[in-house]
Amino acid sequence: MCHQSVGLIARVVEEEGIPTICMTSALDITQSVKPPRAVFVNFPLGHQTGRPNDPAIQRQIVRDAMHAFESIRTPGDIVQLPYVWNPTDRSWETGDYTKGWMPERPSRDAADVAEAERVARYAK
Amino acid sequence: MPVAYIPRTRELYSDFTPYRWIVNETVPWTPLKKPIAESKIALMSSGGIMYRDQPRFHHEDASYRRIPKHAAREDLYVWHFGYPTADAEKDPNCVFPLDGMREMEAEHVIGELSDPAFSFMGGIYSARKVRDELAPNIVDELKRAHVDAFYLVPA
Repeated sequence: MCHQSVGLIARVVEEEGIPTICMTSALDITQSVKPPRAVFVNFPLGHQTGRPNDPAIQRQIVRDAMHAFESIRTPGDIVQLPYVWNPTDRSWETGDYTKGWMPERPSRDAADVAEAERVARYAK
Repeated sequence: MPVAYIPRTRELYSDFTPYRWIVNETVPWTPLKKPIAESKIALMSSGGIMYRDQPRFHHEDASYRRIPKHAAREDLYVWHFGYPTADAEKDPNCVFPLDGMREMEAEHVIGELSDPAFSFMGGIYSARKVRDELAPNIVDELKRAHVDAFYLVPA
């Protein structure tokens, strides 16, 4: 859903005269929505700009994206980056986004409590 | 191999009417006005990032949050229904590359990182809501800030 939403916004912004580029890890959704420019990285959802606490890969991905911003000349082009999430274990590619994959979310009450604590922390 | 998310979504939600993904045939296009190294660039993530005491996101929520570009990592929070957020909670740069953008600004790889950056919760089923409610508000923000280019990161 995120990929569709981002692609739709990019298209509206581009129509309004501001050039855009989108990251993507969901190639089929991006090919369907067709944002003006996109950069594909084959990482699990939630890691479109890299692994946690891995500044080297994070740095590389955003730099590649800025480079693609200038190199893409054909509307709808998607640049594919070469990075591999885990060269010895590709099981996420078959297991992700299947039944039971998504961890259970906190209940609404638990989320309300967490949010109240967060707000209180900054009220001081 | 890239994961085919459209068929996988159909299987994951097989109890529901299949989602009708947006299919576009044409692509809008605006050329870059100047080199990236001279451009003011705005960043937006759909990863559900919140700053300090900003409220969390709700289902079909077309609102967005303004995140100061110098925000400290410990002041960023994550709330999202559509992806496992554990890694982004550890390090928001997974979906909201503020560190990478600030670094490129300092090294003049980009001209300027626009302030603030933006985030919303991208798991919105209504494409109409995204196009007609959220997107025009973002366009207004970008025009007010006189940005030259826009970088979007889904989650």
